[in-house]
Amino acid sequence: MYFAKASLHKSMSTHTLIPHLFRTEYQKITAVLCRLFGIEHIEIAEDIASDAFLQAAETWGLHGMPENPAAWLYTVAKNKAKNYFRHDAVFREKIARQLSHTLQDAGEIEIDLSPANIRDSQLQMMFAVCHPAIPAEAQVGLALRILCGFGLDEIANAFLVNKETINKRLTRAREKLRGAKIKIELPPPEAIHSRLETVSTTIYLLFNEGYYSLAQDTVLRKDLCLEAMRLAYLLVENEQTSTPEINALLSLMCFHASRFEARIDTNGDAVLYDDQDSKLWNKELIEKGEHFLNNASKGNIVSKFHLEACIAYWHTQKNDTGKKWESILQLYNQLLIIEYSPIAALNRTYALSKVHGKQTAIEAAEKLGLGTNHLYHALLGNLYTGIDHKKAIGHLQTALAMAKSAADKKIILKQIEACR
Amino acid sequence: MKKWMDWIGGIAAQNKLTDRGNRLGQEGKVLKPGNMITDGPYMELKEALGGYTLIKANSFEEAAELSKNCPILSVGGSVEVREIIAM
Repeated sequence: MYFAKASLHKSMSTHTLIPHLFRTEYQKITAVLCRLFGIEHIEIAEDIASDAFLQAAETWGLHGMPENPAAWLYTVAKNKAKNYFRHDAVFREKIARQLSHTLQDAGEIEIDLSPANIRDSQLQMMFAVCHPAIPAEAQVGLALRILCGFGLDEIANAFLVNKETINKRLTRAREKLRGAKIKIELPPPEAIHSRLETVSTTIYLLFNEGYYSLAQDTVLRKDLCLEAMRLAYLLVENEQTSTPEINALLSLMCFHASRFEARIDTNGDAVLYDDQDSKLWNKELIEKGEHFLNNASKGNIVSKFHLEACIAYWHTQKNDTGKKWESILQLYNQLLIIEYSPIAALNRTYALSKVHGKQTAIEAAEKLGLGTNHLYHALLGNLYTGIDHKKAIGHLQTALAMAKSAADKKIILKQIEACR
Repeated sequence: MKKWMDWIGGIAAQNKLTDRGNRLGQEGKVLKPGNMITDGPYMELKEALGGYTLIKANSFEEAAELSKNCPILSVGGSVEVREIIAM
């Protein structure tokens, strides 16, 4: 029976079982150990976690998966940590001093892998990793590694750079955090709001990497979005960090994520919104989005996340009503007034065309000064369709030349074909 | 309100909005030399400032161009364009 179980597990492939387990449990173990060891020793924490998984890969490959894989991993990680204490007296004393323990035996340091401590540690690690001391790009990379348990290959894939570049980026980031002597703790109440801005920006960037990135691996990209949502959810679960802005952020991610299944067709090509089968939209995620949007509707501040969440809400209503596009136009007006971005400017112009017609939109578009943006030309191609065939094709071809991702090029080609 | 938001939104979309500004209340006070403070200015008697908005432009012509869609113009009002001289 045991042998059959082993081979069954092998055929279920420990290759796919371990990676997801790896991500989920790696970031939990790392968070607890990092918080215990402090920012100066996060690499040791990461190494201990990695070693536990290496051991798992070897052992489970031979003997099959244990009944409770997570518990097995925790036990191994705890033992490795204790071994580390035992063999490095300097390290032991340092940690003991931090914990104000007087240590006689290394086994006295208890590594608490209870759900409560895991959650607390993850929350605190989020603030340590998403820290203004390091550049935004590094925050996202470090978040993927430490908070989300992604491998270096996967991160390299997501950013379309090679593994060495990512490694350097993360090493430099860890050094900076060490240099700044970042404490792994929840910021004090006065500072939480501004620190949450950094955290929410990182989560937003992470989601964006998954939602619209150049990386080809669609499974990976979906995982990036889900991880961003998971991190936001962690914040929402804690009273101190569950601000209206964070709820709005989670809401907008739920709304956008609801269309995942409909955005890719059976060939793996992108499907534009108007062509999507709304029956494939995830109702549960839409409901969750509405729930978090309601939570966010407290207090006096209308943040850009609130506005984006409202816009995203309207996009869950497929019908092209006047009210939908007028609302979206007003929301983009407000969004641009708070913070300009080229994408918001382009999207606003599209909404303008729906409310005031293509001619008005074309005039507004040509004042935007976004001629080097391929999406600008894609928009004008769309707006000129039916009005000026030559200009439409001209803009679409410019868009095609400027587009970087294969998915984008395919869509633009389709539009050119439809024009002919 | 919608027309005003559309106008300001259009400027914001061009990345030329500095501050959306505000409307100004109708009542006020006027201070003159010699410690004279009177009520006013009276909107019915003369033109009075209804609001202000701060934009970015490379010239008066460009600023005037951006002002063309201000909704006040369609109800008989006017727009005054002035340069901010930073101190």
